[in-house]
Amino acid sequence: MTDTGLMYIGAGLAAIGVGMAALGVGNVFGSFLEGALRNPGAADGQQGRLFIGFAASELLGLIAFVVAILILFVVK
Amino acid sequence: MSAGKIDPMEQFMVEPVLGRHIELFGYDVSFTNSALFMIVVFVALAVFMSGGLRRQLIPGRWQVMAEGAVSFIDNMVSTSIGSGGKKFAPYIFSLFFFILFANLVGVLPLAIVPGLHTFAVTSHITVTAVLAFVSFAIVLIVGLVKHGFKFFSLFVPHGAPGWLMPVIIPVEFVSFMVRPFSLALRLFVAMTAGHILLEVFGSFVVQGLNAGGPLGWLVSALSFVMIIGVSALELLVCAIQAYVFALLTSLYLHDAVHLH
Repeated sequence: MTDTGLMYIGAGLAAIGVGMAALGVGNVFGSFLEGALRNPGAADGQQGRLFIGFAASELLGLIAFVVAILILFVVK
Repeated sequence: MSAGKIDPMEQFMVEPVLGRHIELFGYDVSFTNSALFMIVVFVALAVFMSGGLRRQLIPGRWQVMAEGAVSFIDNMVSTSIGSGGKKFAPYIFSLFFFILFANLVGVLPLAIVPGLHTFAVTSHITVTAVLAFVSFAIVLIVGLVKHGFKFFSLFVPHGAPGWLMPVIIPVEFVSFMVRPFSLALRLFVAMTAGHILLEVFGSFVVQGLNAGGPLGWLVSALSFVMIIGVSALELLVCAIQAYVFALLTSLYLHDAVHLH
């Protein structure tokens, strides 16, 4: 287990966090669609909040991606 | 079979155009590809808006597009900032359309002409951090000028019990100070991740063709289809990230103008 090997394993583990972001984003859009199908008239008014929720959950996944990039390219 | 390593990070190198470095007092002020593509974005935006300035009473198609763009931002500003928000519409308009056009120019597949790869200006944290910090500075200045020291009541939410204050105020303060970093990071990572993904699939196409044989061709063909799909997703992500940046800036301005 060389240091480089451990770095690559660490980056791979950090990428699991990105997969969890997929769950989060899917949750946001899924809940929106579920509500929108029940009350289509109110859906257009809430689109702003949909994108805010998407941005917040995506940000945390992107932070996991940044950790992977830091491990691969910044750590000597 | 020696696989030439294709480095996905090489597309983000900022280099002086035509290889000429210009030094001024020891600082490197050469005209880089990043600056060149910012000028391209500016020219594209200027052409788009000037086409709508013909001021016909019954608007032609281009004027309808430009008016639609302005009314989209006006709508977003009035919904998000509410009253007293109209004066921020020019800034939010510039922000949204600069980021949108910069993202789209970066995704253009012009590299089919050898040497003409477009550069994604917003894929560098330097550019997005400047945009985010300008937005944050406007929020701070507007809030402090309008409300003075009452601006700090932003960190004390309504109706929270008094004994919870020592916990809530630091948490609110940290989440307020994180805002510019989150704005910058979101746009930067979304663009960088998208471009790395496209480059990785592109490298699969090239290496599959180099490997030859039916398996290599199959890998190339599948990767090519994936590039088309990912490019479509990238177009969506470009628009969404620009919209989210402008929307969050409007929301932070709402907090500064209305203090709750």
